[in-house]
Amino acid sequence: MKTLSDKLLGGKQGVLGLALLALLIMVILPLGLDIFRLNLVGKYLTYAFVALSLVLLWGNGGILSLGQGMFFGLGGYCMAMFLKLEASDPISTKIQTTPGIPDFMDWNQLTAIPWFWEPFKSLPLTILAILIVPTIFAYIIGFAMFKRRVGGVYFAIITQAIALILSILIVGQQGFTGGVNGITDLKTMLGWDIRTDSAKYILYYVNAILLFGCIFLSRYILTSKFGMLLLAMRDKEERVRFSGYDVSDFKIFTFCVAAMISAIGGAMFTLQVGFMSPSFVGIVPSIEMVIFAAVGGRMSLIGAVYGTLLVNYGKTVFSETYPELWLFLMGGLFIAVVMFFPDGLAGIYQKHARKIPFLKRWVAEEKQKQTDAHASHGKASTTLGAEA
Amino acid sequence: MSTNDRRRFMTKVGALTGALLAVSMVSGMGSAFAEDFPTAKVNTTKLAVTDKTVKVGILHSATGTMAISETGSIQAEKLAIAQINEMGGVLGRKIEIIQEDGASDWPTFAEKSKKLLENDKVAAVFGCWTSASRKAALPVFEKDNGLLFYPTFYEGLEQSKNVFYTGQEATQQILAGLDWIAKEKKAKTFYLIGSDYIWPRTSMKIARKHIEQHLGGKVVGEEYIALGDTQFGSVINKIKLKKPDIIYAAVVGGSNVAWFKQLNAAGLNSSKQTMLTISVTEDEVLGIGGENLAGFYSAMKYFQTLKNPNNEKFVADFKKMWGPKAVIGDVTQAAYLGPWLWKAAVERAGSFDVDKAVVALPGYELKTAPEGYVKVDPNHHLWSKLRIGKWRADGQADVVYESELIKPDPFPKGYQ
Repeated sequence: MKTLSDKLLGGKQGVLGLALLALLIMVILPLGLDIFRLNLVGKYLTYAFVALSLVLLWGNGGILSLGQGMFFGLGGYCMAMFLKLEASDPISTKIQTTPGIPDFMDWNQLTAIPWFWEPFKSLPLTILAILIVPTIFAYIIGFAMFKRRVGGVYFAIITQAIALILSILIVGQQGFTGGVNGITDLKTMLGWDIRTDSAKYILYYVNAILLFGCIFLSRYILTSKFGMLLLAMRDKEERVRFSGYDVSDFKIFTFCVAAMISAIGGAMFTLQVGFMSPSFVGIVPSIEMVIFAAVGGRMSLIGAVYGTLLVNYGKTVFSETYPELWLFLMGGLFIAVVMFFPDGLAGIYQKHARKIPFLKRWVAEEKQKQTDAHASHGKASTTLGAEA
Repeated sequence: MSTNDRRRFMTKVGALTGALLAVSMVSGMGSAFAEDFPTAKVNTTKLAVTDKTVKVGILHSATGTMAISETGSIQAEKLAIAQINEMGGVLGRKIEIIQEDGASDWPTFAEKSKKLLENDKVAAVFGCWTSASRKAALPVFEKDNGLLFYPTFYEGLEQSKNVFYTGQEATQQILAGLDWIAKEKKAKTFYLIGSDYIWPRTSMKIARKHIEQHLGGKVVGEEYIALGDTQFGSVINKIKLKKPDIIYAAVVGGSNVAWFKQLNAAGLNSSKQTMLTISVTEDEVLGIGGENLAGFYSAMKYFQTLKNPNNEKFVADFKKMWGPKAVIGDVTQAAYLGPWLWKAAVERAGSFDVDKAVVALPGYELKTAPEGYVKVDPNHHLWSKLRIGKWRADGQADVVYESELIKPDPFPKGYQ
């Protein structure tokens, strides 16, 4: 039986990976970058939440969602609504026809705050909404799909369609949502100015800690019996079903957890960037997030974080250096990764980094353990097969 | 980050060579002028101003769906800056451009604005195009006290200390145009159609109030199409049913091409239907095709065919720099004004400091603008004229009407 710490850290190799990542995010980057660049990294790391959720969902569960952006967006919008209400006090909006309501509502002839904005006057309710709203939304989608045994490509297409519908809905209902401009000009959170340098440092660390929290949560799920079932479902869904498990419930649960993780990222995005717009809800961002996970290695939680950082770093550097050519360079990068490293960064690490002598020795012992585990796992699946 | 270090290093090398040159020169017009304005005095807020150079940013979409529209603005701003440099620069300093790509993605505009202001310390930024990109970047400019020159005609309802709006706000583009077409065509019924976002919606709100309250006309339909949508069949059927005297349109981007082609296919060409649009410039005509548009009207402040010496020189210079096939639309011209207005602001203030330049600019009259005379209002918008152009099949427009100078009014009373 594995101990809890073993489960969370994933053995020696996992500790090494986590420690390196923590060193990078918590120490090296904050020391090496000025606050402007660090704030950018903070923004990238909010995407890493989504990439992480895709590792859980796609890499390990075999459920490809091309609509994770909608959960990211929902989380972000919940936070933005709270911040916008706070920014729209009657004094700073006194030039409006109706002071005290968000500016875009005033432009669209609304004279009162709509009912579904009311809960966002309170921070605790907002935090609750960030966690609950996307999860319920995911539950409804998951229930409707998985109970009907919709999966694979069909599921991917439907999630994509829902993401599109949601972004069109947000753009269309601009009196309630800010439309295509999104919810902008967010200033303070309970009177605390989120635009100052010190606030950016604090938010960066809060974001980093939450990210590690989500890595631990995901790892806990993946190393438990549940994670094993997830893998089994990915590879031989029918066999798991015939073994008496209700596959759809597991899928719904995973989809909900993935939605919640994405939503936390979205809320942190709004706090660090200072606005939210429908361009994070639709198809393009959703697919981009899949690319982050693919570049990092869709099986690896830590790889997803590196993948997100790498792709976004490339985006920023290429676009600053070659404003007119950079998209081609990005395209080239993706093609190269998919062609030569189908398992992403994590795959490269698995293949090459292990040959470094000191790592080799360190990990050798670990490997032995793994083989043991495999043996017993193999036994387990034979029994499973026999039952079937 | 390494690229920035390199950039900073290059700047240092550049400054050093510049200084050496200045020493070795016996006297030069530019350097003599710059000496009258020591850097310590004209730059008290640590902007990227040296004895020889000043850095500015250009921030438009060079890639993505907006690139087709924004490229003209980039070209116009580069042309203006090149011309200013030829004349000796601003306060004796040559302008250096740092160009960033907004990539048709609003958050990227915010990110790049931050980079230009906090990292590069540019003295001014010429950029943004869509309202969404401006709204995303605006808080950054306000927080970092930057200076933005924004070229697009837009919905108004905004006035920031840190922004000068060189395009027209909604009332400047709408009211006079409606007055003209109602009188000219004795029109009573109007059909409003636009893309579904803030600019068309705000514009149509103003148009409807003006039609109903001042023209005694009637709005027989109001329709919004999702951005990028290309299906106009049902709208066109409704229009055929209602038979409005005028279609008043604000359809943007890729939808425009489908809109005009499908109108023509349905037999509603300009011989059967009058249309006034506020969203078609020479740039859009390239995509739509002049033959689909011939005979329809656009309300803009600038057309490439304007006949005045300023414009003839501008068109010639533009084509010399960007090739004989280049076309110039309304926004391109407005973008061209940005660097010139910034130069005036800095020289009137005798300082690159944003706070000083911002208060120095209102009241300034630019007489060399291609569109003719413009004046900067205390509300940071420009006084300008409205023109109606009738499109020809070759993609150019004949100007058939020109208004008086119109005062900008971003918060119009009675239209909200």
